Parts: sequence; structure tokens; C-alpha cells
Amino acid sequence: MAGALLSDHPTGDLRLDRLVKRFGAFVAVDDVSLTVPKGSFFALLGPSGCGKTTTLRMIAGLEEPTAGSIHLGTLDITSAKPYRRPVNTVFQNYALFPHLDVFENVAFGLRRRRISRVREQVMAALDLVEMTHLARRRPAQLSGGQQQRIALARALVNQPRVLLLDEPLGALDLKLRRQMQLELKRIQVEVGITFVHVTHDQEEAMTMADTVAVMNQGRIEQFGPPTELYGAPRTTFVANFLGQSNLVPGRRVSGGGSHLIPVDCNGQTVLLPDDRCMTSADQVLVGVRPEKVHLLPAGMNPPTGHNRLVGGRVADASFTGVSTQYLVAMPWGQDLTVFAQNVGRGGPVPVGAAVTLGWEPEHTFGLEGETGTPAGRDARVTARMR
Amino acid sequence: MAFTTAARTGGPVPAPAPPSSRLPRSRTPYLLLLPGLVWLGLFFAVPVATLFSTSLQTRVPGGEIGEYTQTFRFANYLDTIGEYHVQFVRSFLYAGLATVLALLIAYPLAYYIAQRAGRWRNILLVLVVAPFYASFILRTIAWRQILGEEGPIVPVLRFLHLIPAGATVTASAVAVVAGLTYNFLPFMTLPLYASLERIDPRFIEAGGDLYANPFTTFRRVTLPLSMPGVVAGTLLTFIPAAGDYINATLLGRQPKTTMIGNVVESRFLRVVDYPTAATLSFLLMAAILVLVFGYVRRAGTEELV
Ligand SMILES: Nc1ncnc2c1ncn2[C@@H]1O[C@H](COP(=O)(O)OP(=O)(O)OP(=O)(O)O)[C@@H](O)[C@H]1O
Ligand SMILES: [Mg+2]
Repeated sequence: MAGALLSDHPTGDLRLDRLVKRFGAFVAVDDVSLTVPKGSFFALLGPSGCGKTTTLRMIAGLEEPTAGSIHLGTLDITSAKPYRRPVNTVFQNYALFPHLDVFENVAFGLRRRRISRVREQVMAALDLVEMTHLARRRPAQLSGGQQQRIALARALVNQPRVLLLDEPLGALDLKLRRQMQLELKRIQVEVGITFVHVTHDQEEAMTMADTVAVMNQGRIEQFGPPTELYGAPRTTFVANFLGQSNLVPGRRVSGGGSHLIPVDCNGQTVLLPDDRCMTSADQVLVGVRPEKVHLLPAGMNPPTGHNRLVGGRVADASFTGVSTQYLVAMPWGQDLTVFAQNVGRGGPVPVGAAVTLGWEPEHTFGLEGETGTPAGRDARVTARMR
Repeated sequence: MAFTTAARTGGPVPAPAPPSSRLPRSRTPYLLLLPGLVWLGLFFAVPVATLFSTSLQTRVPGGEIGEYTQTFRFANYLDTIGEYHVQFVRSFLYAGLATVLALLIAYPLAYYIAQRAGRWRNILLVLVVAPFYASFILRTIAWRQILGEEGPIVPVLRFLHLIPAGATVTASAVAVVAGLTYNFLPFMTLPLYASLERIDPRFIEAGGDLYANPFTTFRRVTLPLSMPGVVAGTLLTFIPAAGDYINATLLGRQPKTTMIGNVVESRFLRVVDYPTAATLSFLLMAAILVLVFGYVRRAGTEELV
């Protein structure tokens, strides 16, 4: 009876098409279109309350979309019942059945589908997460990390087309978290199932995923490989949510050479590759990552062709071990951040020193917007504090 | 540890040396138990002992009515069982039926209130308990009216040809079981509500996610998780229902619906046959105890914690 959907093994990508979810007047998921390639590790990243869980619940069938469609390969699963979808979920707080032991928890899905050789498969799944020795324990007798593994085994044993993970590592401490991230990645590579991993931890998303989608207020801001998202963010939100960015407001000026756009930033001109400029407007936010910027003593110039901003003064320097983080006050009243590797060439630049900032034009990106207000910053801080 | 000491002596005490500190710590639980134990001793152990001794008495030859002497006649029990086993079986049958009916009515009700009612939850809970504000006897008499000739039920049943034209519903087993079911329904509903309310909806979603349809999810997830409520509710309904005599008195009013409670009442108050009344009470207690033990063991004590 769990018939058609489960048996004909739809292959192919998971596609969300113009998906919308409203709760009353509130729009939790707003026109989301995504393609998750088959067998990939996909991370859905965003601040708290942006609609990640809601999106996941629609894929699992636990929430009905207000509009839009969900396809798995050629199969439309938009309104299929959850128990008929070849999709399994690792819930935000695991939701292991407290009245069943570990073995029976993992066997639950197999038994419902009357699959044979339950014992063998359950033990294989427990082996995958290295939990065979605890097969007869109750969930209440397990640590958080162990519960997380069992929840993973319980979902994986069904060999779903897509595995949904809703912040599965949220409850773990930092060390265990890092360890489980590597393990999850190993398992995903081993089983080759499509993973959709929800998180609000940008580091987690970037280390684990092949593709990251950044979500904000119900919308997908950008998606792509982590390096692309980091190197060429398309919106100020992404620029600030994924790592830190220096965003300096500027205005296009005429001139410039082959595919480099000159931008006037408070009287100083910097160059921006035209393929990394996301706006055609005159107003441009010029962005550069803090670790791409070099600090030079005032009066010294970066190599020819490099971008240069003069008139800075070191307002703060904090030594973090591998690097030193500088806050440089610019003449127009903005503080820019610079990460300098501590490679041992002389001591740190003292606070108060006059400096020049230099970086390569290829590391510059241009965003739409008129001010340097980091739109994503508040959201990121909230997400970190949770 | 220092806390315990201070609480026990009722004043600030300097931190005691390790050896002496062991004593108060081990004694405190017993002291806390004391009021309960005294209560249990005075109002349970002593009456049970008296009851048992009364059950072994016999009539003083040539004595007045109600005059008995202690003869340790255990044969009283055999006589009583021989004479009243029908009423015993009937009591358990009625109580059992009422319990099953109450469970069937209360489970969906409690499930709805716990999982679906939202902001109506508290109002609905008050409504479940509301009948308690009227006296037990009044409510039972009201049932007599409801089930009576002039009540709404009988004409409907007759119209639907569910009962023969001349038949009535009052003064029958149906009326007694209906009364028992009605009167003990809140005792079933509240524990069920309490255990259903605690079930995280995520477990039910997880059932659906793991290929169980709604019915299977109910059978494999919701029902097992609500077992503590089922066990508590059935016990709270069955035990008082088995010993009840008001429903049989007011709604039965026939020898063929007499329950053990009625026999105890008449032996004790009307015939002034204390030993038989005591024997019956004791047997009822023992029988319930045995049934409950068997039941709880089968239902699985692990689920009760
Ligand atoms: N059943 C519901 N009724 C009304 N609003 C809801 C409901 N479920 C979610 N929302 C709202 O939709 C928004 C998105 O919620 P969602 O749970 O998807 O967030 P999230 O991105 O998973 O956040 P978090 O990281 O905190 O888990 C929130 O503002 C939330 O208040
Ligand atoms: Mg969430």
C-alpha cells in the first residue's frame, strides 16, 4: 500500500519550484526554487526563523505548501503523504521513540514496509554509525551524540532518495560537533544518498556541503559551491552571513581597462572586475574579505595594479594566535577589518599607526546598495548567540 | 547535606564532622515517610485487621441480632463464596464492561483535548470535570429519568426498533453499566489526557516519516506512549466500579442486577450480618488486588515510569 511512490525508485534531482508557505498572513517560505543534484550534500543555511525547517518539512510532507511544487526526478511529490515519500528526516531533536530500544527504533521503517532481513540491515546501519554495542539500550539511556547517531541510522537504514537533516548537530558541544561533521560527511560519501542539511552555522555549511543555499526571511538569497558563495557573494546579506566582509559605498566612474570597473570610494578609486559586480546601478558597494587585505605602513604603496585605500589608522588590534585582527578607522568614518597572518615578519602593527590598505582587484566584489550598513550582520549575531 | 541537618533540627547548626553527618542523612527519608506511615497504619492497616477479624466471627447462639463472637471460622469464606459468587462475577462483569466502554469513549475525547483542542483545551477539561460539581446520587437519579419511559432515549430506541415495543431500559443491566460508565468517565479521561498531553507531536511525525500510515502510527507510537494513562485510567475506573452499589441500587433495582456492593450494604445495614459483610468486603479487596497485580504485570510496569 505504501506502493507506487516507494517502489518505483525515482532517481534524479530534488527540485523545489516556486515553493511558498504561508501561516495566516505570515509568509514563512517565499517563492523558493532550488535544485539539489542527486547524491550531493546540500546545506540550507540561514538565521533563526528564516524558514529552513518549514522548507524541510514541506519536502518531508509534514507541511503542505501553499503554492509551488516539489519533484523528485520526474515524480511530483508535492502533495504525497509523508509515509509514501522516499524521504527520511533526522529531526531537530532526534524524536527517537522512547518506548522502543535502539534496535527497534532503527527497525521501525523497515518493519512498516515489511522488508525482509530486518536484523541484518539494522545491524549494518548501526555498524555504519558505530553503535552496534548499544542496540538494546533505550534512547533515554544514550548521550546526545549517541542519540544523534541512532537518529541517523534510523533514517539511513531505509535507503531514502533524500535524507533531510534539521540541525542535527545543534545540541552537541563544539568538539563533538566537529567530529560529527566529519563523520556525517564520511557517511554521505559512503552511502551516496542526497543529504539536505539545515544549519545556521556557516562554518558547518561550508565545511560539509557541496552546495550551500543561503536563506533569509523565507527567500533564497544565493546558492552555489561554498567557495563561490564566499568569493563572490551576490547580496550584502550573504557577504556578511558567510564570513565577514568590508563593504565600502562607492560610485561608478568612467574609464577603466578590460573588464575592470573603476569605482570612486570617497575620493579614492578602486577597481572591480565586471563579472563580480552584481549591480548595474551607479551606486556600488565595494566588498573585500578581511583576509584578502594587506596592511602597509602609510606612504608605502602596494604593487602596481592593486587596489589601494589610504588614510587609515589602526583603531584596534586583537591577537588571535594564527592571525591578528585589525580594525582600521578610515577617514570617512568607517571601520574596516583586516586579518593578517602571523607569519613572523616583524611584530604586529601598533594601535594608532597610520596605514594604507591594499588588495588585488580580483578579490573585489560589487554589490547593490548605497550604504555600508552590513545588512546581514544583525542576523548573523543572532544566529551565533543561539 | 548541611541543609538536611538544619532542616531536621530546625536551626542553624555548625557543619557536622563527617562521621556524625551520615546519621541524619540516612534518617531523613524515614522521617519524611512517618506521617504517611502513621496515616496508613491508623486508617488502613488497623481497619483491615478489624475487618479480617470480624469476617471470622460467628453468631452467638441464642444471642441478640447483631451479636457476634470471635471463633476464627474460616469456613465463613466458603459459605459466602457459595452463596454470592453470582454477584461477584456480575460485579466484575459490569465493572469490566463499564471500564471498556469508558476507555472507548474517553480515549478519543482525551486525544482530542490533548492534541487538537488548542486554546479550547482548558475549557474542555473543565467540562470533563464539571459533573463532579453535582452530587453523585443526583446525577445517578438523573440517569433514571434519562433512561426512563419519558426520557429521550427509549422512544428513539423504539423508533429504530432496537428494543421491542414493550421493553424498557431502566431497571436493567444496560442501565447499571451505562450509569457506571458515565459516573467514572472522568476518572478515565483525566489520566489519559495527562499521558496523551505529554506525547511530543514530533514522535507522531517521525512515525509518518518512517512509512507508518496514521493508523499504524497510532498503534505503534501513540498507543504505547499513552499506556501509563490507559493503565491508570482503567484501574481508577475498574476498582471503584467493582465495589459500587449506588448505580445498581438506583438504576438496577432488581435482583438480577445486584452487585457485590449491594450485598455488602444490605448484609451490613439491614440484616446486621457483620461477618458476611466483612467476608464479602475482604474477598472483594483480595480479588481486586489479584486482578490489578496481574493486569499491571501484563501491561508492563516499565511503561508506568
Ligand atoms: N505552524 C506555524 N504557525 C505559524 N508560524 C510558523 C509555524 N511554523 C513556523 N512558523 C514561522 O515561520 C518562520 C520560519 O520558521 P522555521 O521553523 O522554518 O525557522 P527556521 O529557519 O527553522 O529557524 P531555526 O533556525 O530557529 O530552527 C518563523 O518565523 C516561525 O515563527
Ligand atoms: Mg528550524
